[in-house]
Amino acid sequence: MKIGKVIGNVVSTQKVNSLEGVKLLLIQPLDENLREVGSPLVACDTVQAGPGDIVFFEGGREAALALPNWFNPSDCTIMGIVDQVNLKQDEGKP
Amino acid sequence: MILARVLGNVVSTVKLPVFQGMKIMIVQPLDGEGNPQGQTFLAFDTVQAGVGDVVLVIDEGNSARTILRNPQAPIRAVVVGIVDDIER
Repeated sequence: MKIGKVIGNVVSTQKVNSLEGVKLLLIQPLDENLREVGSPLVACDTVQAGPGDIVFFEGGREAALALPNWFNPSDCTIMGIVDQVNLKQDEGKP
Repeated sequence: MILARVLGNVVSTVKLPVFQGMKIMIVQPLDGEGNPQGQTFLAFDTVQAGVGDVVLVIDEGNSARTILRNPQAPIRAVVVGIVDDIER
């Protein structure tokens, strides 16, 4: 499971019907210091996240399991909104 | 299973109900010698691991669901043990 930042939303009316009624958000994956890493992804939302929110998301089969009707093709789903990231400070980062 | 070090944790109140009451740890995978290797990720704590601990992490959904005894849990990474010592 990884941290990401919601940078936009994606509207798609022509899509597989099992994704009907699922909000799609554009997220930028972040590392533990909230620095951008990797390229943006489109994720299904389950917690009403909005642009600017820091969230955590999961991929693979778990992404589909997180949606109400688990039989869906989602491969990336937001599962929570991050309130706070606590890092142990003396882990000297190069 | 991999070796990892707990760097910190993530606090989240708005999340899927199945995650209620579970600590979300930030873990840094380690190589055999205990040096950081690869990207950090988040794992659910099941053994009350603390920040700075070297832990065992499973990053596979079926095992996570078996550990949590919840066949529907959308969880893949779980902390399953705290490492006392590594003898080589």
